[in-house]
Amino acid sequence: MSLVLFIEQVLNGFQFGIMLFLTAAGLTLVFGVMGLINLAHGSLFMIGAFAAASIAGWTGSFVLAIMASLAAAAAAGALVEVAVIRKLYDRDHLDQVLATFALILILSEGTRWIFGSFPLYLNIPSYLSGPISLPGGIQYPLYRLTIIIAGLFIALCLRQLILKTRIGMQIRAGESDREMIAVLGVNISWLYTLLFALGAALAGVAGGLVGALQSVQVGMGEPILILAFVVIVIGGIGSVKGALVASILVGLTDRLGSILMPEAFKLFLPPADATLMGSALSSMLIYILMAAVLVWKPTGLYGVRV
Amino acid sequence: MRAAALLVYSPEVRQEVADSILATEGVCKRFGALLASDNVTLDLHEGEIHALIGPNGAGKSTLIEQIAGAIKPDKGKIYFRGHNVTKLNTAERARLGLARTFQISALALEDSVLQNVILGGLGAQGRPYRFFKPVLASSALRETAEAALERVGLAQLARTRAGELSHGQKRQLEVAVALTLKPKAFLMDEPMAGLGSSGSARLTTFLSELRHEAPILLIEHDMDAVFALADRISVLVYGKVIATGSVDEVRILPEVRRAYLGDDAWDC
Amino acid sequence: MSREGWINIALILSLLAVPLWAQVADEPFLITLSTRVAIFALAGVGLNLALGLGGLVSLGHAAFFGIGGYAMGILASHAQSYAPILEVPLLIEGTKSMPVIWLTALLVSGLVALAIGALSLRTTGVYFIMITLAFGQMLYYFSISWPAYGGEDGLPIYTRNNFPGLNTLDPIQFFLISYVILCIALVFISLLTKSSFGLALNAARQSVRRVETVGISTYRVRLTAFVLSGMMTGLSGALFADLNRFVSPSMFSWQTSGEIMIFVILGGTARLFGPVAGAALFIVLEHLLGGISDYWLIFLGLLLLAVVLFARGGLIGLLAGSPSRSG
Repeated sequence: MSLVLFIEQVLNGFQFGIMLFLTAAGLTLVFGVMGLINLAHGSLFMIGAFAAASIAGWTGSFVLAIMASLAAAAAAGALVEVAVIRKLYDRDHLDQVLATFALILILSEGTRWIFGSFPLYLNIPSYLSGPISLPGGIQYPLYRLTIIIAGLFIALCLRQLILKTRIGMQIRAGESDREMIAVLGVNISWLYTLLFALGAALAGVAGGLVGALQSVQVGMGEPILILAFVVIVIGGIGSVKGALVASILVGLTDRLGSILMPEAFKLFLPPADATLMGSALSSMLIYILMAAVLVWKPTGLYGVRV
Repeated sequence: MRAAALLVYSPEVRQEVADSILATEGVCKRFGALLASDNVTLDLHEGEIHALIGPNGAGKSTLIEQIAGAIKPDKGKIYFRGHNVTKLNTAERARLGLARTFQISALALEDSVLQNVILGGLGAQGRPYRFFKPVLASSALRETAEAALERVGLAQLARTRAGELSHGQKRQLEVAVALTLKPKAFLMDEPMAGLGSSGSARLTTFLSELRHEAPILLIEHDMDAVFALADRISVLVYGKVIATGSVDEVRILPEVRRAYLGDDAWDC
Repeated sequence: MSREGWINIALILSLLAVPLWAQVADEPFLITLSTRVAIFALAGVGLNLALGLGGLVSLGHAAFFGIGGYAMGILASHAQSYAPILEVPLLIEGTKSMPVIWLTALLVSGLVALAIGALSLRTTGVYFIMITLAFGQMLYYFSISWPAYGGEDGLPIYTRNNFPGLNTLDPIQFFLISYVILCIALVFISLLTKSSFGLALNAARQSVRRVETVGISTYRVRLTAFVLSGMMTGLSGALFADLNRFVSPSMFSWQTSGEIMIFVILGGTARLFGPVAGAALFIVLEHLLGGISDYWLIFLGLLLLAVVLFARGGLIGLLAGSPSRSG
């Protein structure tokens, strides 16, 4: 295996990790502040991707498509929060799981009803397609590099929002003590709707950006949802910083595992068996990582509460 | 204060640590900036009631939690029946014979009073892994449970759901569960709270006899009860034991006088 | 007898009566549907032990369902190709015998439940939900990427496995096998609920501190319940695979976990016959609504949402009122 391939996979791992972070950030914030576990978060990712694909198909503009993914997911998030989610904050986790599972069924089948079962495609715009030469003679797809940078930029904005703004202060107050935000005179239900929509928008943008790398179809949100859960478990529930660290960790583990594991098995197995073994095990690798973190730190890397 | 310090560190007390059934030795626990337990050394002798008093936030409950095994101390050791139990968890300490009642009752509220007490018997037997035989059909468990309910005066309410009991009755139920464990020592966190005057008079009489079955480490805010019951009293302030001594010795301490005479808002 | 008791009897008798009538009326499809109800109910009974009685919200029970399925698939595929599973260090051959397959399914799903439970039960609450989901997903991806037994395409088994003295290809006989196993599981759960273990498990759901304080390790009690729960769901997976004569990674998918949970919830959480009512309702809805609209899952979603928000007792709760707990 060449160094170039390795670096390429590291970058891919970063790209995957950043997209995971955008999805996981909303999930972990919503849990940290509202104490809600939201299985339907993956559906918001899917809605973002569908919005982007249809707007791109309609207008031909990629920028508009990404803005649409953000707006559509935020709107869907706000709608779902007002209609269903806010009735769940005081319920136990089982109710939250069931109700948001029901939302997945409704949103997925609703999307299938509107768009049909055939996947849509979102094309990478011409100005972002093709490879770019990086120092050291590495050729890397410009689009992937762009979404790494865009993702990091969004992560930075989120950090500024949480640390530097009034809303961020209220969010942090809500994380440490729910009654405290009431004392601060904040309209809690408005804050919750806003926060939920913010998380939805992040997932929606991730869906739009990833939509250009894979086919846009019903059910695309759930694999990413489950990976976002893995991220949150590793990072510690409620911790945005933990989510960022864990996302990158998971992204790198996944992408490097798929090339390194078969190589590792080749050291003591015949090549065909090694490839087989390696790829089967690498598909489990992030879960093994999660289990290892759990044994070591049951509340995750940056988690405090259980 | 000097007298108090002498009481704590006198050589006799150190000797007693070795002889006692339950002892803490230099236990420290910090929560962030708060030092909840500051080098706490105290012990419990056979046949005595040792009361732990102090203002709210003095760290009484944190100390009990550490003795019971729910919180691990940062530093120091806890001995029970000659074993160093510092590393054991709650269930393991309970199996050694450490029974506990809670300040905020911890009961299976959907279950009946009888089921709650039978659970205690089950723990004492150490055999909860029976899947086929109805637990209520076990006459041994039932008799132990009914006897315990009889002793705390809840026999009439055996079939009531624990969630329907009054505050005081829940405390009594906790004591009944503790009795079924046939413990070697009791930890009781405010058993009198919510009992009313006749109830707490009855419980006072009951605990007074109970100490001969197993000694009691008692947290209690009802100072009348404390002075009536305690063989020894330790005063905890800001996580530190500032005095340990007999009722008469502790009663004259200025901090306690102030509290007992109601000059200062301790937490009655 | 309580009202819930009568409803339970009516339920279990109708589950028997419908396929018997279908046999007489020559409606084999109805027998197959009833068999599905019985098998799904068994999966739900398994989950209900962890979820309802133990309060352990496992979103990963598809793992055990799938393991049961693959235990059947692997054993039967080796039997039909006459290739032993393992030659060194000892010879293990495939089999078409249902009892052997069931025992294997119980054993393997129990062992996997032990491993998953031992790790997951170190945590509680949301962590537990997410971790069980993730472990289920881990096995899903493994089953897709491991090509020896069909990988993504799944593994067909050409004939149904054998049970001594019965013709398992006859739908009604296979139904009766599933039905009897379901009844045994229900009897087991009903005994367990009233047993020492049931008392401890139920108390651990309500107050961990209470149980720990009397010297019982809640971790061990819950792990035991989780293993038993996984074994039952594993057994139902083996039966399900035998019903379809096919196993595929979808048995491991998280939707399967969600569906098993739906059986429990639609019927009524922590009620002995909840999963039976829930599985029956699910199959009836699937059949009726699926006939009207391709998008019947929307209606299922709405129904589930309504049950969660407004009718926590599920179907049996609606019919029988709030549960009476014996003291």
